[in-house]
Amino acid sequence: MPSVKIKKHAPDNDMTPFVDVAFLILSFFMLATKFKPEEPVEVTTPNSVSSTALPEKDAFMVSIDKDGRVFISLDNESSKQALIQSMNQTRGLGLGATEIRNFVKSPSVGVPFTQLKSLLSLDPEAENYEAALKAQAGIPCADSTGGELTLWVREALVAYSGKKLNLLIKSDNNTKYPSFKNVLNAFKQNDQNKFLLVTSPEDAPPGTALFATRQNQVDGNK
Amino acid sequence: MSSIDTSGDSGGHKKGPGVKKAKKMSTKVDMTPMVDLGFLLITFFIFTTTMSQPTAMNLYMPKDVDKPEEQNKVKESGAFTLMLGKEDVVYFYEGMDPAAPGNFRSASFKTIRDEIIRKKQSTNPEDLVVIIKPSIDATYKNTVDILDEMTINEIKRYAMVDISDVEYQLVKITEAAAGIK
Repeated sequence: MPSVKIKKHAPDNDMTPFVDVAFLILSFFMLATKFKPEEPVEVTTPNSVSSTALPEKDAFMVSIDKDGRVFISLDNESSKQALIQSMNQTRGLGLGATEIRNFVKSPSVGVPFTQLKSLLSLDPEAENYEAALKAQAGIPCADSTGGELTLWVREALVAYSGKKLNLLIKSDNNTKYPSFKNVLNAFKQNDQNKFLLVTSPEDAPPGTALFATRQNQVDGNK
Repeated sequence: MSSIDTSGDSGGHKKGPGVKKAKKMSTKVDMTPMVDLGFLLITFFIFTTTMSQPTAMNLYMPKDVDKPEEQNKVKESGAFTLMLGKEDVVYFYEGMDPAAPGNFRSASFKTIRDEIIRKKQSTNPEDLVVIIKPSIDATYKNTVDILDEMTINEIKRYAMVDISDVEYQLVKITEAAAGIK
């Protein structure tokens, strides 16, 4: 009886579809996403049904982390330069050219005036730089006058004078209300009453008035 | 890796001595490194990018008014006050008197919508004003959620003001009775 020979197959699988899928997903991620902005502390924003896009220009953002520490950040470098220079003069911070340059480059700042010089004189290449950024004490704003945040807001309004400044407040889910209230208070001291709260998008719950309105708009467009 | 060369077994077909056949070169390209690279980049993009664009929610705060006659008046029938307490509990009352029997009640963020809708339907739309009073124990998420409820239920007039002592005491007492620490 002849023995049945099993034909040897090379364990060869075609990788081409695999590559196709991989690059398809890759191109999707490249196009549909955006790089995470640099932040010293992590802030998880709450959800809201609001559908307004966040303005990217002329934005002055105050971030509050879950412990109530307050950070500020501005969108463009020339305004930052103007802000820190006038701040340096009016408050006598004693910052040098290097420190001003560091301020302009750093994504956000959250220390009292007394610690600003030591924070900005740190070398970004230094080993303890990241740790120092994470350990920032936050801008004091706990009293009824709004503390130092009021002064930052005032100077920022001057730095952006002539343009409509968007005041953004980004706060963590677990931030206590008084911290948020203090920030509002600091803005109020400068007669600023319109804010944009940074939130994550969410759909309107079905069956509610807003859901019905949006549904009507969609139907109206068809 | 994926294609193992097995030509050693089946190859070597020779017609005769001295006949040299040009060896057929495989046209297959090993795709494995390409896949590796593709997935490496995918992982990189997943970790460094954000998917959802943040949205902005408008918040208009009233200007501080010193003179009482310049302040907006709220009709008693249209006032609906929401207080935010600890542990995501909402306390609410209608009208002006929180201490009236049966007026001061509590709800969760899930059930408060029904109360708002009920109040909205039973009140003249011109008169309805929702007053939001976050207590010092409320979180920012609570505040945004309740402002969001205003948008969801299309409440046209609402204001966010500080909680009064009387109301805060009532919230405290209710919390103590419910065992919320």
